[in-house]
Amino acid sequence: MPCPTSGSRRDGASDLVILEFTPADVAPARTDVLAQLGIPEAADVSPRIERLYEAAAELFTERVAPAGVLEEISVAEFADVYPGEGRNEPRSPVAEIFSRAEHLALFAVTLGEGISQALQRCFVAEDLALAYTLDALASVAADGAAELAERRFDGVLHEQGWSTPDGAVLRYSPGYCGWDVTGQRKLFTFLRPGRIGLSLTESCLMQPLKSVSGVIIAGTRTIHRFPPTYDFCDRCETRTCRDRLATLFRREHA
Amino acid sequence: MTVLTEIADAVIQGDGARVAEATRRGIAEGTAPKRILDEGLIAGMTVIGDRFRVHEIFLPDVLLAAKAMYAGMDTLKPLLVRDGIPSIGKVVIGSVRGDLHDIGKNLVGIMLKGAGFEVIDLGHDVAPERMVRTAVEQGASVIGMSALLTTTMPAMREVVQLLRAQGQGGTIRTIVGGAPVTAAFAREIGADAYGFDAGNAVDVVKDLVRRR
Repeated sequence: MPCPTSGSRRDGASDLVILEFTPADVAPARTDVLAQLGIPEAADVSPRIERLYEAAAELFTERVAPAGVLEEISVAEFADVYPGEGRNEPRSPVAEIFSRAEHLALFAVTLGEGISQALQRCFVAEDLALAYTLDALASVAADGAAELAERRFDGVLHEQGWSTPDGAVLRYSPGYCGWDVTGQRKLFTFLRPGRIGLSLTESCLMQPLKSVSGVIIAGTRTIHRFPPTYDFCDRCETRTCRDRLATLFRREHA
Repeated sequence: MTVLTEIADAVIQGDGARVAEATRRGIAEGTAPKRILDEGLIAGMTVIGDRFRVHEIFLPDVLLAAKAMYAGMDTLKPLLVRDGIPSIGKVVIGSVRGDLHDIGKNLVGIMLKGAGFEVIDLGHDVAPERMVRTAVEQGASVIGMSALLTTTMPAMREVVQLLRAQGQGGTIRTIVGGAPVTAAFAREIGADAYGFDAGNAVDVVKDLVRRR
């Protein structure tokens, strides 16, 4: 699969890749944003919501400053990063998947501080509809940027000659599926995403807010398959893992 | 169309300028502020809430209506305070400790205000102690907690336990919500209620306040 990012460059001789996106790279599809807003694809969208969407899209294009960083990491190194501060669930999919990986990379992507500031201003001005629409747009875009990082890593592996007929790459993030959010600290120590303006709060959440970090795991696609039977699955209603896995098993590997 | 139905209609249309103008006119004509609130602003938001519940309209429509309602509230609030008219209840809301995601919590706040509640929004990443302390100090009847991450959900249990430890369990009720939160989880941690979306949360909070 060709890399869809505008560009990327390696940082010297290291395995670090700085991802360079344009606003157009991360601009989400209208249907995805409407879905995020809870509006079904078949629904009639009122003119006032159309106007709202256009205003949010314009604000997004003006303020977004996407950037990303990607760095390969060995299984042994990740075995040190993953436990974080010892607060992960006793059993988790990532713990069981990464040791079977052929390649791993840590990644972080952000839409930049401009989007957060724009959102904050909308809330302060009590322009809630615009804030909510922009938030939806930015959330979809941040996921899209993470998807681009995932594809870029796939591209890097193929440039290196990685070719597995049944191979697949998939990303996992702290805060989900048993990987405690405090895992961000070790991830940040290794990846140093301050280079793209990302930092952590005391509660281990990323600033700017519209950012995604995690590990991208490459291996045979079957290593990613897991049943939703972990203890924390009972407490989770999103089950987005199911959609991601379904996509993975439908997707043609490049 | 009476001034009250006009206010309600303007809220439904999301027309803030017309809401503000009609509210001022209603006051000038001597309509009681409480009637303008109940039969104009809240009546309009009730229609919006009902339409939203049956998927006739979508969340951005609700937010546009809420913004329009605020245009009337800005004028009305000083008069309600002057007349000593209490809100139907005071609710402290926040995204729990460790959680920076607050869009869902903001929506609940907007909908609660639209239903006539006084809302104290503590923002995101709120420590359990701060939630409980604020609710006690402000005399709130409900604490609403939101989480988007499974890893931050345990903080909800801490709030419930802290309330009980302080003997406030029967006085201040709790409602939890957020994408990964379930009714079963709410029961497990001893929360009084669970809201599956912003509209439902308002109904549930109304019920909690009625049962006090």
